[in-house]
Formats: sequence, structure tokens, C-alpha cells
Amino acid sequence: MKRFKWTMAAALVAGLISAAPEPAAAQDTVFIPLLTYRTGPFASSGIPIADGMRDYLEMINQRDGGINGVKIVIEECETGYDTKKGVECYDSLRSRNPVVVNPYSTGITLQLIPRAAVDKVPMLSMAYGLSASAEGNIFPWIFNPPATYWDGASVMVAYMAQREGGFEKLRGKKLGLIHLDAPYGKEPIPVLEVLAARYGFELKLYPVAAADMQNQSSVWLNIRRDRPDYLYNQGWGAMNPTAVREAIRNNFPIDRLVGVWWAGGDDDARAGGAQARGYRSLSFHQAGTNFPVIQDILKFVADRNLSRVATRDRIGENLYNRGVYNSMLMVEAIRTAQQLTGRKAVTAEDVRRGFESLNITEARLKEIGMEGFAAPVRLNCADHNGHNNVFVNEWDGTRYVRSSDWIAPLRDVVRPLIEDAAKKYAEANAGWPRRTEVCDQRS
Amino acid sequence: MFYREVGQYKTTYQADMAVFPILQDRIGIAVILAIAFIAIPLFASEFIIMSVMVPFLVFALAAIGLNILTGYTGLISLGSGAFMGVGAYACYKLTTLFPGVNIIVWIIVSGFFSAAIGVVFGIPSLRIKGFYLAVATLAAQFFLQWCFVRIPWLYNYNVSGAIEVPERTLFGVAITGARATPEMRYLVLLTIVVALTWLASNLVHGRIGRSWMAVRDMDIAAELMGIKLLPTKLLAFAVSSFYCGVAGACMMFLWYGGGEANDAFNVNQSFNVLFMVIIGGLGSLLGSFLGSFFISTLPTLLKFGVPAIGIPLTGAFAEHLTHVMVGALIIFFLIVEPHGLARLWQIAKQKLRVWPFPY
Repeated sequence: MKRFKWTMAAALVAGLISAAPEPAAAQDTVFIPLLTYRTGPFASSGIPIADGMRDYLEMINQRDGGINGVKIVIEECETGYDTKKGVECYDSLRSRNPVVVNPYSTGITLQLIPRAAVDKVPMLSMAYGLSASAEGNIFPWIFNPPATYWDGASVMVAYMAQREGGFEKLRGKKLGLIHLDAPYGKEPIPVLEVLAARYGFELKLYPVAAADMQNQSSVWLNIRRDRPDYLYNQGWGAMNPTAVREAIRNNFPIDRLVGVWWAGGDDDARAGGAQARGYRSLSFHQAGTNFPVIQDILKFVADRNLSRVATRDRIGENLYNRGVYNSMLMVEAIRTAQQLTGRKAVTAEDVRRGFESLNITEARLKEIGMEGFAAPVRLNCADHNGHNNVFVNEWDGTRYVRSSDWIAPLRDVVRPLIEDAAKKYAEANAGWPRRTEVCDQRS
Repeated sequence: MFYREVGQYKTTYQADMAVFPILQDRIGIAVILAIAFIAIPLFASEFIIMSVMVPFLVFALAAIGLNILTGYTGLISLGSGAFMGVGAYACYKLTTLFPGVNIIVWIIVSGFFSAAIGVVFGIPSLRIKGFYLAVATLAAQFFLQWCFVRIPWLYNYNVSGAIEVPERTLFGVAITGARATPEMRYLVLLTIVVALTWLASNLVHGRIGRSWMAVRDMDIAAELMGIKLLPTKLLAFAVSSFYCGVAGACMMFLWYGGGEANDAFNVNQSFNVLFMVIIGGLGSLLGSFLGSFFISTLPTLLKFGVPAIGIPLTGAFAEHLTHVMVGALIIFFLIVEPHGLARLWQIAKQKLRVWPFPY
């Protein structure tokens, strides 16, 4: 008996040690891992995105039987927005040949950027991550469409100018940046510094440590003292609802608190109650269910109980739709890769080429049921971002509605900064590989 | 029966004082080292190496560091995360300022920077003890973390505030940076850990270790015996911080490959290391390894190991389960065996020694 027990224990240990992931599945599938966070202090923002990303892919599987008949194998790995766990997830999934990886955290993206080129896996950091990675000549494996944080910050300045009646009116104004004290939050600082010098407004920084996300009173004390004219909120997770509540409590005019696109969760604004009406955030896609693509998700995923959303009315929330948009980019890149190679089961290298040739036109958006949902996106070898226009959303008390026209980022400022920063990155990382990947010039 | 010492005669004082007096122990150590140096790099998957073995070794080093201070000298510290950070940032600055020098040299040298900072924060230990000292070291944790975030020179004015580890080679093979294979990183780390463990073992078994333990057991008595308290305590702080610093440098350079202080060297990390020492066993080098293995790899084994043996677990659920289980197991261990896993191992060894005839 005792021997039997020992054998069992040994077998269990052996099983744990040799727990290598099973080999890649059959020929006609593509494997898309989703690094998500449904736990931890950032879960409030992470859950709707995770749901949206998953549901769109599931809808493609259910409605079309996959991308041109190639089934998508979806698997979530929980990161908790923790860099270490995210890298662990990546390590555990890599041997199964993912065609694209979304880290969904700036910290994890920063860790994985050097590895993407070595492991030959394209990385989609949709409108987050390292702004400089938009430079495709130096980062051939990283894609961050449709806009970088630097674009976002420049749009914030342009929006401020619109409200004030021209860029020349910005002189003497004060712009505060309340931000998470992490690589994510610090990203817009360099471009805001350049723009502050150019237009003569004053930039004030209000860093909030991750540990103090829900206790921002000391930061708001400074804000009350400085009285900035506008506040740009680069927060995430539990930090955003707290910022909205604090703004209300400190009598900061709520329509002058503008979040980056990630600070636009429905729960972020809802926390402020009725007084949060007028809270703004940047966005590059619409909220709501009024689009054929969302209707299809309701029909093919939610109605068949395949969705993981807590309640059905969360479908169509702003961050949920962001997840949908993120998955749409991946699916379109895979579709483009299929066209480029003529093969159905594409590899990671093919999908990288697919991203570089990505051209989502107005007509294409209509085909996939996203007319009016988002703007066209076009990438090329050198530009992995597009620096697309964004608009400003406004919380009307129950949902986000578009409150501005599309605003163009100040590309003449942002793009040279990005090229410069990318060059510096490659210099600082000695031995950074030169781009050897051939450029597809389909268009 | 397994630990029968009959027939193992010791004929010299040296043999009697050996760290591993019993032949079986020596064989055991040799087998473990052979597995660690040969079998694991050859057969273990990249995931096992990078997500189980490397974190285990990094934290083992940090736990040895804290154990020297807390377990052997009896000075509680909550600043080990910050001292790890000193090592990592020192190593980063050194290797970017002098890229020609081999990175392993800088990893070791960065420990001395950490030791120097440790001594500064150790000075109050002459006058304050126990909880008061813990709070003083907590101040070190917050102050140093503040420095890492607020002094841009430390991270070379990087926009994102994170340090990015450049590629460095040893005999032409990359050991840091993205192109370094997990096996190479692991072997370098393992060599450092084995060498420093050997050093620590010699320290704690010799005159210095005895004076540390004398201070721990009763500092007034130790002083009466002629042990100078301040140098002894400061030496403990220096050696402890040295180990933590090297662990931090290893963590950034051989494991993370980049990162920032709020994420990697925060107070949670200090608590983590403290838990490892407490669970593993205060005042035991073996305990540092056991505790580090327990705390650092249990979440990974739960999250990836349990689904691998066929029990479906969603990531989020596994995450919650990990928190519950780690918490419950810590309480369980502290009740059942307050002296930690190392003591359990000693008991098991004692049982094996007399088996099958228990007294």
C-alpha cells in the first residue's frame, strides 16, 4: 500500500514537472492567447476588455466558422496586470505558436518588446505600450494602432485649444496631468513637455502611486492649490473612479477633466453619480450596441450563453467595445495575412506581414458591421501606428456619447519625437537587431 | 536506517566539524547539484526554467540575505525589497557606464553598493530592537523606493521610468537581454547562488556566525563575552544587504530583463521575502531555499500545474484560489510547525535515522 502511495506521489510530481503544454492543434486553426486580468486592483477596467476581446473572436467562430473557415483557438491567461505574471503567461503560451500576442499592459509590453523579435511573435499593443514602438523600421514585430499615448496627449492639447478658441489662447494656461506612477502613466510626459514649451502653457504633474490609487487626497490637495485649467487623466483600474469622485468632491469642473482612452470605462464615470455628467475621455470607437457587429455578438455569443459577461447590458459599454475593436484588428490582420500568403492556417510571421499591410477602409468597416463604429486604419512597414484621429467622449449620466469631431493628433510634433525615441531605444539596448524582415508593398 | 551513521568514524577535528558530517548528506547534496546543473538545463522545458527555477533561485538568494539578518542575528527587517532594488539599479548604472566589464562582475559588485546602503540603515540597530527596528527598515524601504522612482539619473532618464536590460555576453554567449537562452540565464544564476550559499554557509558556521547568533540569543550576554555589538550588527546588515542586492541584480538582469521599482521592489516584495524566511525556517540556510520554493512557485504550480493534470481552472479562479491557499497554508504551517519547513525536514531526518525503531 505504502509503495502504491509513493508511486502515485511520484507520478503526480512527474506530471507537474513535465507539464509541458500540448503540441499545436490541427492544421486549420490559429491560436490567439488573450492575456487578461479579471482579478486584482485593475480588474474593473480589465474585465470589460477581456469580455469584449473574447466575444468578438467567439462570434467569428460561431457566425463564420472562423476566419475564412480557420477556427480561432482562444485561451485566456490571467495576468492580474502584474508584469511578472504576464511574462509567465507569455512563457507558458509561447510554445503553442500563438499567431499574435496582446499583453494588455504597458508594463508587460515593455518586457515583451525585446523578446518579440527573438521569438518571432507579432505583438499587438493596441493604443498602449511604448509610443516609440510605432516606428516599424526599428520595431518590426510591435504594432500599436490606431494612436499612441503621444498622439493622445497631443489631441488633449488640440482639444484644449478648441475649447479655448485657438492654440494662441493656450499661453498662460495650466494643464495638469494626473497619472498612474508607472510606465503607463508616464508615457505622455515627454510630448506634453514639448507642447507646453511650444504653446506656452504650464504643465503640472500629479503622479499617483499604484498603492494610493484609492486614496488620492494628497494629490487633489495639490490640484486645489495649483488650480489647473484642464486635467488630463492617464489612470487605470481603481484610480479612475477615484479621480472622478475626487474631482467632484474638490469642485473641479468635471467637463475639464479629460481622460485618455483607457480612463473611459463606464464604471469609472458611474462612480461619480449624477455629478459625473460631463466627464470626458478620448476614444477612437463608439460605445453602445447600435452596430451590426455588436448585434451579431448579442445574437451569436450572448444568446448562446457563450459570453462571460456578468450581465447582458454590459455588452456595448465603452471598454467592452474597445476589446471588440482590439480583436477586430487581430482578425483583420490574420485575414490580410491569408490574402498575402494564399494559405489558410497562417503563422506568426505571416500575421506580422498582415499587420504591416493592414488597410481597413471605410468599405471594409461596413462589411464587418462597423460602419460609424471606428475610423479607417492603415499601417505600413515604417508606420506601425497610423497616428489616427481620435474624438472626445462625454458621459451623459448613463453612457458615453461622442461630444467632439475627430481631432487629428499633432503629427508634425509626435512623429519626429517617435522616430527619435525609437532610435534612442535601439542605441540604449546594445545589440538591438537591425530590421531584416522584408517589406510587403501590396498597396 | 537511511541515516545510519554506524561505521562512519571521524578521526580529525575537521571531520567532526564538517557542515555535512554524514555520508548520506554529502551524497544527497551531490545528487541535488547534479540535477540542478545537468538534468534541469537538459530536460526541463523553458517554462519550467524561467517560471519556476529562476524565480526560486532569485528569491532563495534574497531569503538567505534576510535570514542572515533576521534568522541568525535576530534583527527584523522590512527593507529587503528596497535593498534588492539598490542592487538592481547599481548594476544597471554600472553596466551602462562601463559596458566593457563583464556583467557577472557587476552583478557581484552591485552587492557591495547594497551592503553600504544597508550599513547606513543598520546604524540605528544598536539602539533599537524588534518592532521599532522593523519600522526603521520600513522607512528605508519607502525612502529607497522613492529614490528609484524620483531620481531619473538612476534609470538613465528613460521616458517610462523603467530600466531596460541591455544584452551582455559571457565568452560570446548572451546571458542577459532578449537573446539570452533560459538555460544560460539559469546556469549563470545557479552558479552565483551555489557560490554565495557556500560562502554564507562558511560565514554562519564560523566565528562570525557564532557572534551573530550570540547577539540574537541575548545581546547583553554577548557583549559581556566580548562581542562588540555595533560591528557585529552592522556586519550582519552589510552581508544581508549584499545578498539582497545580488538577488535584486539577478532578478532584473537574469530574470525580468527590465522593469521599474514600484512594480518589482515595493513593500510587497519585502513582505514576500520575510514570509519565505518565516515559512522556510528562521536561522537556516536550507529553510531559505524551502521557503523560497514554497512561496515563489506555489502560485505558478497552482495556476499552470493544476490545469496540466486535467483539472480545468479558469485563470481568474486560480488566481483567487492561490491567494486563499497561500494564506491558509501560511497559517497552517505557523500553527503546525512554527520553526518552518526546515524544522520539518530535520524531524523527518531524525525519524529516518531511527527508523524502523522509534523510541
